[in-house]
Amino acid sequence: MTTEEWKFTTKDIAEKPDLFLSGHRACAGCGPATVLRMIMKATRGPTIVTEATGCMEVVSSIYPYTSWAVPWLHTAFETAAANASGIESALKIMKKKGKVKQEHVDVIAIAGDGGTYDIGIQALSGAVERGHDFLFVLYDNEAYMNTGIQRSGGTPHGAATTTSPAGTVIPGKLEYKKPIAEIMVAHEMPYVATASPYYWRDMLTKVRRGLEVEGPAFLHVFAPCPRGWRSDPAKSIEYSKLVVETCVFPLWESINGQCQLSTPSKLIALAPQKKKPVTDYLKGQGRFSHMFKPQGKKLLEEVQRVTDERWQRLLAKCGMAQ
Amino acid sequence: MAILVKQEKNAMSGDEAVAYAAKQSDVDVVAAYPITPQTIIVEKFSEYVANGEVETEFVCVESEHSAMAACLSASVTGARTFTATASAGLALMHEMLFVTSGCRAPVVMAVANRALSAPLNIHGDHSDGMAQRDSGWIQLYAENAQEAYDSIIQAFRIAEDVNVLLPVMVGLDGFTLSHTLENVETLPDDAVKKFVGTRRLPNVLTHEGKTVPFKLDPDNPMTMGPIALQNYYFEFKRQQEEAMKNALTVIQQVNDEFAEVSGRKYGNGLVDAYCLEDAEIAAVCLGSTAGTMKTIVDNLRQEGVRAGLLRLRTFRPLPVEEIRSALENVKAIAVMDKSMSFGGNGGAVFHEVRHALYDANVQPLGVNYIYGLGGRDTSPRELRGIYEDLQRILQTKRVEKPIQYLELRE
Ligand SMILES: Cc1ncc(C[n+]2csc(CCOP(=O)(O)OP(=O)(O)O)c2C)c(N)n1
Ligand code: SF4
Ligand SMILES: [Mg+2]
Repeated sequence: MTTEEWKFTTKDIAEKPDLFLSGHRACAGCGPATVLRMIMKATRGPTIVTEATGCMEVVSSIYPYTSWAVPWLHTAFETAAANASGIESALKIMKKKGKVKQEHVDVIAIAGDGGTYDIGIQALSGAVERGHDFLFVLYDNEAYMNTGIQRSGGTPHGAATTTSPAGTVIPGKLEYKKPIAEIMVAHEMPYVATASPYYWRDMLTKVRRGLEVEGPAFLHVFAPCPRGWRSDPAKSIEYSKLVVETCVFPLWESINGQCQLSTPSKLIALAPQKKKPVTDYLKGQGRFSHMFKPQGKKLLEEVQRVTDERWQRLLAKCGMAQ
Repeated sequence: MAILVKQEKNAMSGDEAVAYAAKQSDVDVVAAYPITPQTIIVEKFSEYVANGEVETEFVCVESEHSAMAACLSASVTGARTFTATASAGLALMHEMLFVTSGCRAPVVMAVANRALSAPLNIHGDHSDGMAQRDSGWIQLYAENAQEAYDSIIQAFRIAEDVNVLLPVMVGLDGFTLSHTLENVETLPDDAVKKFVGTRRLPNVLTHEGKTVPFKLDPDNPMTMGPIALQNYYFEFKRQQEEAMKNALTVIQQVNDEFAEVSGRKYGNGLVDAYCLEDAEIAAVCLGSTAGTMKTIVDNLRQEGVRAGLLRLRTFRPLPVEEIRSALENVKAIAVMDKSMSFGGNGGAVFHEVRHALYDANVQPLGVNYIYGLGGRDTSPRELRGIYEDLQRILQTKRVEKPIQYLELRE
C-alpha cells in the first residue's frame, strides 16, 4: 500500500484524532501510555491492533470500557505475534475471496518486555521467520509491571525489582539486559529500529516505516514507568532523553540488515564529548538508588563499562567505529 | 425422504478423512503443528495447499500454543478456521482453549486422541481430550473414519451457529482410527460446500447503537478479549454455559440435516443407543471401542442376553437427559474409560454418567472399566467379559469391585 507523504509535524499530530483514547487507567506519568498514544498517531489507514497481557492491555480494556478506537484483540501474555499471524493470514485470504472490503489493513502487535523478551519470544521469532506482514511494537518498561515490578530479560543490570531486590548480599539484578533488537536483526527481517518518546518525530517516522515495509518489522521503544522505577512521574520524558544521551539506549535502525544510527545518537557519535555519564540517567530512579551508596560504586563502574562496550560495538556495526 | 447425493467410496485413514473433510469445507485459515498421530492431517492439508487444491492460508506455526492463538485470532477476524492436534499438543494449547471458547471463536479442531506423558507414549487413549473437558469446547468422539469425516463437516455448522458460537473438537482414536484404512464415503465438493455454507457472523450492538458483525473490522472497531473484573466476568461465563445448552439442540439438528444429504446419522447426534430399548445390561463408551462392542452385543442378543450399548457421541455438552432416559430402565451398567482421573475414584466418563443417573427414578448398578491406556490392546474376549460381569452383577445384585482395569498386570 502506498502512503501519502506525512511530515509528522506538531500540527499534523494535533489534527489527527486519537486512536488510543484518554480515560484509561494508567498511572500518572506512564511512559507506555504516552508511547501508545503517539505511535497510533503514525498509523496510515485501516489498522487492527493486538496486544499481549500487561499493563497497557489491562489499563485500556476494562470491560465495558475501552481506550481503543481501532479493532483490538487481546488473547494472552505470550501470544501477541501469534495473534498477528492469525489476523494477517485471515485478512490475506479473505481479501482474495472478496470477504474483506479494505484495500489493505495494517496489523500491529504490541507487547511489554515480558511479552517480548521472555514468554513471547518463541511466538515472535516464529512469526518473523514466517514473514508475516506486521509491525511488532515492544514498549520496554524494563520489568513485569502489571504483576508488581518483577525482573524480566529486559531489566537492566543492577536494577532492583521485586524478584531481584537490592539485598545485603545480592545488589539487584545480576544479569544484563538481553539485546533483543539485535536478536531480531539476526532474524534477517526487513526492518528493526529502536525509539524513545522524547524523540517523538524519530519514533513516529519509524512506526510509519515499519508499517510501510512489506514483511515483519520490529520496533523497540523505551518506555519509563514511574511506578516500577520509583521515579518522579514528571520526569518520564526527561529519562527517555537521558537514556539516549548516555548511550544506555542508543537510537538506530536496521533496514534489510543495514544498520545506521538515528540522528540523536549519530550526533553523539560524531561529537563523543557530548556523551553523558550513565549516572546522569541512573540517578533519581529509586530502582538504582542502592548503586549510589558507597557499596554500589563498583556496580556503577560496571554499568558504565558495559554501556561503553555496547556503544562501541554498535558504532562498529554502523561503520562509525572510533 | 430427500434424494441423496452420489458419493464416492475411498480407502482412507481417519486422518486422511479428516483432512479431506476440512479441504471440502471452504476453510480460510489453518494454523497447525505436527504431532503423532495427527500429523497426517497437517501433511495432507499441506499437500492440498501446495497443489493449489484449496483456497486456504496455511500457517505453519512454531508450536501448538501459537496454532491455537493464530486460529482464534483468524476466527475473530471473520475467517473459517481449522486445526488439528493430539496429546502434548492439546495440553500445550490448554491456556488458549479457554481463551478461544471465551472469545466465542468457532474454531474446529480434530484431536487424534493419544496418551499423555510421562512415560512418553504415542498411542491412543482419551487422556488428552478428557483433561480439556472443562475448557468450554464442544467435544464429539467419532466411532470410525467415516464418522470422523462426517463430524468435521458437521462441526463447522455447529460451531458457527449464531446460537452456539463455540469451538468444537472432534476426537478420533489415535492409530485405531487415525492410521487405519477404512472405506469412507465422501460427498461431492459442492454438496459439502452447500452444507457448510459461508460463515455467518452474529450481529452485535455497539455502544453507539449500531448493529455490526461480530469481528475485528476497521469499519466498526471492536475491543475483543478485554479484561472483565468482578462486576462482569461471571456473565461472560454464564453466557458460554447457555451456548452449550443451545448446542444440545443444534447438534441434533445438524445430525438430521446431514442425514438428509448423506444418508448417515449418528444416533440423535448426542448419543448413539444400540439395542437399549429392552436391555437389562449395558455398557457405555466413547469412540472406536463402540464398533467392537456392537458386535459383542449382536452375539449376546443371539444367545438371548438382553445386552445393549450407549455410545456418547457428544461428551460436551453432556447430554444428561439422553443418558438418563437411555439407561433408566437398564439394571446394571458398565462405564468404560480410556483415561484416568487420578484420585477421582473412577474415570471421567464414569463420574459423568453416574451424575446423569442421579435423578433417575431407579439407579442401575454401575461398574467402571478403565482400559486401553497408552494404546493397550483390549481384546473382544475381554470386552465380552464386561457383559459377563454384568450378568453376574444382575444375579447377585451386588457390585463387588466398582473400579476395574482391563488387560493390566497388577
Ligand atoms: C502465561 C502467563 N503467565 C503469567 C501471567 C501473569 N502476567 C500478566 S502480565 C505479566 C507481566 C507483564 O509484563 P510486561 O510484558 O513487561 O508488561 P508490563 O506489565 O510491564 O507493561 C505477567 C507476569 C500471565 N498473564 N500469563
Ligand atoms: S505501572 Fe508503570 S507501566 Fe503500568 S500503568 Fe503504571 S506507570 Fe504505566
Ligand atoms: Mg514491562
